[in-house]
Amino acid sequence: MQKQSVFTSRSLPWLLIAPQMLIVLVFFYWPAAQAVWQSFLLQDAFGLSTTFIWFENYSDLLADPDYFAAVVRTFVFAAAIGVSSLSAALLLAVMADKPLRGVGVYRTLLIWPYAVAPPVVGVLWLFMLNPSLGVLAHGLRAMGLDWNPLLNGNQAALLIILASAWKQISYNFLFFLAGLQGIPKSVHEAAAIDGARPVRRFWTITFPLLTPTIFFLIVINVVYAFFDTFGIIDTMTRGGPAKATETLVYKVYSDGLLGGNLGSSAAQSVILMGIVIVLTAIQFRFVERKVTY
Amino acid sequence: MVENEGIRRYLAHAILWIGIAVVAFPVYLAFIASTQDNAAIANGQMSLLPGGHFIETYYKTLFVGSSGTTREPVGTMLLNSLVMALSIALGKIAISLLSAYAIVFFRFPFRMTVFWIIFITLMLPVEVRIYPTYKIAADLNLLDSYSGLALPLIASATATLLFRQFFMTVPDELMEASRIDGAGPFRFFKDTLLPLSRTNMAALFVILFIYGWNQYLWPLLITTRDDMQTIQIGIRKMIVTSDALTEWPVVMATSILAMLPPVAVVIVMQKLFVRGLVETEK
Amino acid sequence: MANVTLRNVRKTYSGGVEAIKGVDLAIGDGQFCVLVGPSGCGKSTLLRMVAGLETITAGEIDIGGRVVNQVEPADRDIAMVFQNYALYPHMSVYNNMAYGLRNRGMAKPEIDQRVREAARILEIGAMLDRKPKQLSGGQRQRVAMGRAIVRQPKVFLFDEPLSNLDAKLRIAMRVEIRKLQRRLGTTSIYVTHDQLEAMTLADVLVVMNGGVVEQIGNPLDIYQKPATTFVAAFIGAPPMNLTPFAPGEYGLAVPGGAGGILGVRPEDLTLTTGPAPEGGVRYDLIVEAIERVGAETFVYGARDGARPEPAAVSGKPGELPPGEIIVRLPGQAAPAVGERIVAAAPRDKLHVFAADGRSRLDS
Repeated sequence: MQKQSVFTSRSLPWLLIAPQMLIVLVFFYWPAAQAVWQSFLLQDAFGLSTTFIWFENYSDLLADPDYFAAVVRTFVFAAAIGVSSLSAALLLAVMADKPLRGVGVYRTLLIWPYAVAPPVVGVLWLFMLNPSLGVLAHGLRAMGLDWNPLLNGNQAALLIILASAWKQISYNFLFFLAGLQGIPKSVHEAAAIDGARPVRRFWTITFPLLTPTIFFLIVINVVYAFFDTFGIIDTMTRGGPAKATETLVYKVYSDGLLGGNLGSSAAQSVILMGIVIVLTAIQFRFVERKVTY
Repeated sequence: MVENEGIRRYLAHAILWIGIAVVAFPVYLAFIASTQDNAAIANGQMSLLPGGHFIETYYKTLFVGSSGTTREPVGTMLLNSLVMALSIALGKIAISLLSAYAIVFFRFPFRMTVFWIIFITLMLPVEVRIYPTYKIAADLNLLDSYSGLALPLIASATATLLFRQFFMTVPDELMEASRIDGAGPFRFFKDTLLPLSRTNMAALFVILFIYGWNQYLWPLLITTRDDMQTIQIGIRKMIVTSDALTEWPVVMATSILAMLPPVAVVIVMQKLFVRGLVETEK
Repeated sequence: MANVTLRNVRKTYSGGVEAIKGVDLAIGDGQFCVLVGPSGCGKSTLLRMVAGLETITAGEIDIGGRVVNQVEPADRDIAMVFQNYALYPHMSVYNNMAYGLRNRGMAKPEIDQRVREAARILEIGAMLDRKPKQLSGGQRQRVAMGRAIVRQPKVFLFDEPLSNLDAKLRIAMRVEIRKLQRRLGTTSIYVTHDQLEAMTLADVLVVMNGGVVEQIGNPLDIYQKPATTFVAAFIGAPPMNLTPFAPGEYGLAVPGGAGGILGVRPEDLTLTTGPAPEGGVRYDLIVEAIERVGAETFVYGARDGARPEPAAVSGKPGELPPGEIIVRLPGQAAPAVGERIVAAAPRDKLHVFAADGRSRLDS
């Protein structure tokens, strides 16, 4: 954890870490503490008086069917986004791992969506599938489907999932490709000599060797679905119609800003912090295992 | 191997091209829309080939602004986004370099405590502390300012961890040779450590620039004035009104302009980008 | 130019581990001092203490009449060549050598003159614009030397500088370092674990083991009169044969009537058929292995009836398993494996040590 030889100075190291510490304390720890404190308070509509109410905000939340629905919804979103973008990315990565001509070009053409901001993703997909003017929406209508995500909650959810998965393909692709390239060619060759055909080889050799990457990506994708989809939801549906696309993060935002219910919003933030801590812990346990693997 | 010949190979090419098409289609559509007439788009009669309004639309978007809810031209928003992205990227790199240097190359009381204090911020993304952070920013008079946009996002456990990791791989002898050559902590940092960190800094810069450019929730809260909006916020405001009033060509041109800088960074500096992405996730 | 004097130098790490247990050493001006010993014996630590890279727990280090215990490495007027060279990877060869001079604020023309002179001596003039990555191992080694030379320090410190080179290059560089040091006349301290390197380079040889100095002296004196069994086994290859003897055996008188350890160098043994020479030693051996290296031949023999179980084999560094005797014969003639032979040495070739191996009994 530490070098053998170091500089000896009393004040210099403190000077060096001062900027980081200042920002971390002011903008991370103080607000996080505030969130915890506020989650125990009840504020009246005008912010004039506050009462300390212990865990009432939490118990209200747990009893609130809306909140429960948001929890379930968020996990469904995360699962759907993860499964669809991971499988699409894995398929593409397996193809791009073959000794094809122009693999470098393929990679370039597949990774750039990483750089597209979530709100832009939302706008692009909204435009494509807007019931009155979207090019794809016309196609769906022509097939006899009553496509209207602005009114139909399930369709809105599907729209969010598709758009979110679309953006995440590039990231997953990149890591899958790196994982595949980390598997020695000789292992494939040995399996081929052992008589395993390509498809069987994929499921018995490649896929098991790729599990560290897959675990890692699952955690990353869950974090993405929880937090980074905010921009997509906000530009596409604003959590609607009728809260059909309201995730936990979106609820923190709308309850605090639009509803003005800061105490409940703070309690939700604290619960989210708990979720992040669990996810980070899982990720680190995994990283540790990867080291010894 | 032999089996990679023939039909399997064509299949692989085909699947990859389908993937690219799926990935590119929404953007293609956006570009097409940005070159067409609003009326044609609004009544659903959009052509799938570029139209003739390219110059007109982009000129209006960049320098005039849409006639709808946002009165600011996108040029201003691009500038705001650029300032924010650069401040976040450079700021994060600067303060992380310094703190990692202190943690690795010095021994001082509470060194590990400091390390953990920074490390734990990994678990406090801006989404889980938005309103209290907003309140602090407001108390510090940071609303509608560049410092307000950048400062709360500048502390970075990832960058500190990355530099710490890298510094640990620098051989002890290099620092000892420097000391014998008469270099103190400042000289060693400036003459040896910084030049050696160049690639890492560049890779990190690419990732952090994209991160900063694509920030959404925080700018949404902290900016109220139109002339302080970043481009991501501008886009959202453009589609507030009902479909009929939305100026789709302008919205699409804005979207294209919003993704152009980060996408260009990814494509032009692909090597650094991949390296940065992989390194920061370790 | 300077003397280097160490007075009862000690190093204890914070965990309580004693790395250096009191070393006294005086190196004269212009002398080449080699610290040799097995890994972990403290030789590198001692060198780094002279350099100022390790703190000194107790005692004094004196360079050129000045106690430097509290002086920064940069101000001790020393230069160091590291095992991995520690060249600055992002600087050209020229800048690697010039860096230390620039930090001291030397004028540009003088820096240039010194770097070019050093490059000429080391024959790296054509590589001054290259980066370390573009150089071979031997060339990097020269640059590391150049970085030390340009400083014109009072003392050169070498920390196993040749151990990353292949065998041929190592011998060539060894000769060159020695020539260079003679020419510059700079006091030098050189750390190595290779006894051959130590023997060939040293004016003053310091054999270390377990944080203490076993023996200090001229290399040949040490070879001829090792002070302890550790030195006897460590210096010389193949190592000295060491066998225990009972009181009175071989007619050796040990004070107090105890037994001791008898040492014979492999080259001092000759094959014979007769009895032991007067006051000498005679081993009856069964030949187990033969090594022919051309000019000479090493015969490994087991003493009759003295072959212990493998589990009982001594683990001390550089020592032979008990019961095994090496005979070094000139030329290529040798007995066959399995043959019974008799090896003998006269009285004046024997080394007699106390039973604990810590002292030499004959003079």
